This record gives sequence, C-alpha cells and structure tokens, in this order.
Amino acid sequence: MFEDAIGKKSNKVRNTVERGAVRKFADSIGDAHPLFVDEAAGKASRYGQNIAPPTFPRVFDYGDVDGLDLPNKGLIHGEQIYHYERPLLVGEDIHCWTEVNNYKEKAGKSGTMGILTLEGKGEDDDGTLVFRAEQVVIITEAVRKGMEA
Amino acid sequence: MIVEKKTGDTLETVTLSPVSRLDLIKYAGASGDYNPIHTIDEEAEKAGLPGIIAHGMWTMGNLAKLFTPYYEEGFIETYQIRFRGMVFLDDVISLNAEVSEQSKEKITFEVNAKNQKDEDVLKGKVIFRVY
Repeated sequence: MFEDAIGKKSNKVRNTVERGAVRKFADSIGDAHPLFVDEAAGKASRYGQNIAPPTFPRVFDYGDVDGLDLPNKGLIHGEQIYHYERPLLVGEDIHCWTEVNNYKEKAGKSGTMGILTLEGKGEDDDGTLVFRAEQVVIITEAVRKGMEA
Repeated sequence: MIVEKKTGDTLETVTLSPVSRLDLIKYAGASGDYNPIHTIDEEAEKAGLPGIIAHGMWTMGNLAKLFTPYYEEGFIETYQIRFRGMVFLDDVISLNAEVSEQSKEKITFEVNAKNQKDEDVLKGKVIFRVY
C-alpha cells in the first residue's frame, strides 16, 4: 500500500538539541551521565560541550512525507540503526528529513504484513551529515485493513 | 580503557530495576512517543497484549549506557538493533556487550538485552570508533 511512497522525502526541519530535552531524555533511560547533563563536565570534555545519547534523535521532527499517513497505533518497530559521523552537541541545530527507502508485503502467520523502511538524516548548519537513522516498521494485516477501511 | 578490550572481553553487565509504569511514562514524555500501548492498560489489551509493554527504544536507549563512560576515548559510530521480544512490567532486564572484532580505529561489540528468563528482547551490534 505504500509502494508509491518509495523514494519520497520530507522537507528539512530545523531541530535544536535542547539542553533540557537532553537532560530529560538521558534521565528517562537511566543514563544521566555528567557528559550528557553537567555543563562543567561537558566543557571540560574533548567535545567542549555536553553531548546527547545516541538514541536521542528519536525526539527530532523529520517532517512529513506526502502520502505516508501512518496510524499512531498498532505499528511494530522491527529494527533500528543509528550511524554517526560524530556525537550530537547540546545547543546545536540539526536539520532533519526522512525518506521512504522501501516497502514490501510479506505473507505471514497472522496475515499479510507490510514492511516499511524509513531513513532519517540529520545535518549541521554547514550541511555536513551528522547521523543517519534507519528504521524498519512492521504494519500488521489488522492495521493495514483499518487504514484501508 | 575500552581500547584495551580484546575479542571475547565484555563490558560490565548492567541489570535494571524491574520495569515500572513510571519508567515508561517518563520515556513517553522524554521521547514524544505516546503510543498508548506503552502506558494505558486498556489500550494494550485492545491491541491484543497481556498488558502494557516497554517502548523498544527505551530498552535500546538503556543498552547504550554501557558505552557512556568511554566517550572520551571514542564514540558509538553504528548502533544497530533488532527488536526480538516484548518487555513487560516488572521484567528484569540485563544489558550485555561483548567484543567480537577490533582494529586500531574500531571495536565491534555484539550487544543484547535479556529478560529474567534469559530470553533476548533485543539484539544487535555497536561499532565504537576510537579517536
């Protein structure tokens, strides 16, 4: 059902790696390390600044892809990959967008499932890529039927 | 020092406190992922689950902390995870990492999170790039 979306991209959205958001996020995964949350420790580190945990890009806005209206409920997260050129720095702006890499349907035990591969990217103000985030989302038959109804 | 790790060496396993509802409410707020199967019993049941389940990304976020003490030596270049099983309330999750390969620039770890029944709930790989 999303075959037509393959190759489509969203527009870039500017996100800020906000200090408070990083602190809350680090705390929520039990990883409130000084390098993430303590200003003095960040300054004294090789980064000269606090950094964000590697799964932090979950909070970014990647914009909307035309024609890709996913339900809020019932999706299964199958796989997630982050690839970094360098860690994210607290305070910097990251420009994010997403692209539909692939969509396939496969017959399974509980009906036909859709397998959607999305790739998010984030670059800094200079246009240099900082990270890529690839996710595989599984759309069960029940959810697919619900969307078509 | 992470750079001294050799194939077969492990990072110290971390065992989390039993998963609580508050853990998942906090993660929903911090991540912006408000899918109600993670926080509301009725919605989890409607989705055919025995109860609320943890966000896969919560567990993946937790696992990364094995590497946090080593960010002065390098950083996580690649973090790849497959979500293998669901995490329920009161599950006790342990986080593990073992070196599978190393070169001057990169150390590859096989990583997993297991529940109290020793079942993998997620499994994958971390490539740590050394400065």
